[in-house]
Amino acid sequence: MMEPKFTTGQRVRIADRTPPVHHRVPSYAKGRVGVIERVCGVHGEPEKFIRGDGEPAQRIYRVTIPQTELWNSYDGTENDILEIEIFEHWLETAE
Amino acid sequence: MTDHDHDHSRTFQADHPEPTTDAARIGLALRELLIEAGHYTADEEQAEIAKMQGASPENGAMIVARAWTDPAYKERLLENGGEALREAGFDIAPYEFTVMENTTSVHNVIVCTLCSCYPRSLLGMSPAWYKSGSYRSRVVREPRKVLAEFGVELNDSIDVRVHDSTAELRYMVLPQRPADTDGWSGEKLASLVTRDSLIGTQRDLSAEE
Repeated sequence: MMEPKFTTGQRVRIADRTPPVHHRVPSYAKGRVGVIERVCGVHGEPEKFIRGDGEPAQRIYRVTIPQTELWNSYDGTENDILEIEIFEHWLETAE
Repeated sequence: MTDHDHDHSRTFQADHPEPTTDAARIGLALRELLIEAGHYTADEEQAEIAKMQGASPENGAMIVARAWTDPAYKERLLENGGEALREAGFDIAPYEFTVMENTTSVHNVIVCTLCSCYPRSLLGMSPAWYKSGSYRSRVVREPRKVLAEFGVELNDSIDVRVHDSTAELRYMVLPQRPADTDGWSGEKLASLVTRDSLIGTQRDLSAEE
């Protein structure tokens, strides 16, 4: 079992790219910085699966992003958050 | 010979309609190819459909009632939902099961913006609005407004947490136990839990019958 690259509490940036295949990162989350809320399990990578390249496993993380950083003029408080599942190959360490 | 007393006009069932769209034809052809190629059997498919049809929000309500009455179970449920689910006799593998707890200062709500991921094999079919483009696109960017439309008015002392189910995790909200339910049985408590409270579009459960 591969070791997780990131740990809970670490700041990460979600990649801003659009592969020409099925992928599981909604556009609103692309390029955003968040914090790892928890390290999840290892699952098949959707981009490879759809190409018929087999289904290599990738770690999934739950990433917390403040709502006020996602949307202009967000109608809520600065404690409101959005949490989303992101595969490891979409994440890089953020400052 | 016994009397033939049932009414055939009332027991007659219409055939399933022939597929009329390309998507439906492709779906049927794909299913037949997968079975023919031995990826799974028709019996396995039948068993899976029966399992899905047997699923309902009542399963989730039982889990919630158990968490309300057994603090150690609640801790396990929040820590590792999949394990706690198996302990209660359910399994949604290969998906991970993630339970988010509502408190006096936190409200959780679940969405799948990309499609309509939902813990179907546990809770049954998701409601139509959960699959609507309107809910999926709006609840991530204006959750308080959408929740208010569902009747959930939240003041600023309550943090809103939106969970976008984008990959291999499936979610359920653990609603707060209603007041005035001390000493209630698990069964009676479970009867208070609604489907929408498991998704987060309802917050307050009532002990009123």
